[in-house]
Amino acid sequence: MKKLLVAVMLLISVSASQFVAAAADMEVNTPAISAIKNSMQSRHAQLAAFYANGAVGLTKDGLIAVRDANAVPLAQRGALAALVKDENADRGKLYKEIALANGHPEWQPEIQSTFAGRWIDKAQSGWWVQGAGGWTQK
Amino acid sequence: MKNWLLGVVLACAIPACVTINIYFPAAAAEKAADKIIDDVWQLKNGSAKPDANEQAEPAAK
Repeated sequence: MKKLLVAVMLLISVSASQFVAAAADMEVNTPAISAIKNSMQSRHAQLAAFYANGAVGLTKDGLIAVRDANAVPLAQRGALAALVKDENADRGKLYKEIALANGHPEWQPEIQSTFAGRWIDKAQSGWWVQGAGGWTQK
Repeated sequence: MKNWLLGVVLACAIPACVTINIYFPAAAAEKAADKIIDDVWQLKNGSAKPDANEQAEPAAK
């Protein structure tokens, strides 16, 4: 009888832990995350042209970088640099806020590397992305 | 006997909690990343401001 009881309790504790793990979903609907997302979404209208002409590429660490400044007229290069800087600041904040929203600030690097892979996967053909061996065009 | 039982249950339950807390949910993170990227790049039809250029994006993947 005691053995049965132990077995049942074991089963309950094991299945309960699996349930919690399976139910784990990332929290991404906080006001801070939404604000960063909106800011990035409106900036994308400007950045899209620079992804397309190769001036800007997606880096392997989940950020963006000026890849070929010559693709942009001299007069626009300052604005381009500022755009890239602002985007990277937002991306850094985004990764940090997601980690915080989920109660695990230490997850930030893993979240960032997860995003790095997904940004590159979802990049349009023609855009430049950074792999282990350098820049490649999708 | 009861103490022994409690010990067994705790021995099972405590590592389970620790495992959950240190485990990085990679699949959930990918799902969350996809959702955010779709929003930022407006890759899904029916988003707030679809235009011709953005609607062409899913086909371009």
